[in-house]
Amino acid sequence: MVVHWKLHRDGPMEEDVDPDLSVSIRSEGDRTVVAVSGEIDVYTAPKLREHLIDLVANGQYQLIVDLEAVDFLDSTGLGVLVGGLKRVRSHDGSLHLVCSQDRILKIFRITGLTKVFPIHSNIDEALAAGADS
Amino acid sequence: MSTIEVRFSPLTAHVRTARLVALSVARRARIEEEQLDEVRLAVGETCSRAVGVHISRGVDDPITMRLSDERDHFTIEVINTGTLADDPTAAMDLVEASSRALAEGALDSDSMPAGFGLAVVSGLVEDLFVTSDGGRTTVRMSWPMASALPDLAEPTAS
Repeated sequence: MVVHWKLHRDGPMEEDVDPDLSVSIRSEGDRTVVAVSGEIDVYTAPKLREHLIDLVANGQYQLIVDLEAVDFLDSTGLGVLVGGLKRVRSHDGSLHLVCSQDRILKIFRITGLTKVFPIHSNIDEALAAGADS
Repeated sequence: MSTIEVRFSPLTAHVRTARLVALSVARRARIEEEQLDEVRLAVGETCSRAVGVHISRGVDDPITMRLSDERDHFTIEVINTGTLADDPTAAMDLVEASSRALAEGALDSDSMPAGFGLAVVSGLVEDLFVTSDGGRTTVRMSWPMASALPDLAEPTAS
């Protein structure tokens, strides 16, 4: 089951609830926080991709993707995050990640993507980081 | 030796099921707890790759995942139709490939380079063999079972 809510920009903007992957989007000042929960794999990654594409199409270029509630992430999910980063960078934007789980961080480490994405251990740290970094 | 074989249609939705089965069987095979995440990711990558190969070639045949424990090792084989000739997996530099994915390619392309998933597996699993034979490709991964490891908790005489 997929439920969509599209609300005002300054409140919770959108929530997409699904047993496999849920995505909740909200504004925090000039930043947009994309909170993801569930498993990001070859089946669910296209949904995250669509959300990131929509945000950039709507002029949201300062993104924080919160992976704290993500239980699984594979290379397909990495591809979607890399694609999101490419899109926001083309508008001089940024894409920060929030992740403290070693099981998720491991794939970023072995692929060298820890040097590409600013990765924060909690959302407050990500919000405090410069939006233009 | 005990063996479990799972065959599934080449649908991306079934990859999660394959991961869950592999995780459950790996637990029963007494794989070390810290290696279970590796098993799950390795199975996810290999099954995603197999599904992708079947879809891209229009092959409806099922993919086979065979899990077995023999003596001191737990082994998972993922078998798909199609040879490996057009799938560059050998010695990929993951860091270089990641950089390339970010720097190159169309803006609307969210895919990592071909073979990236299997290269991730090679970074995770020491005991990995990929073979192509008779129009099929087999990815074979093995992990030591806990009972085969030295018993570090063995009491010492005082």
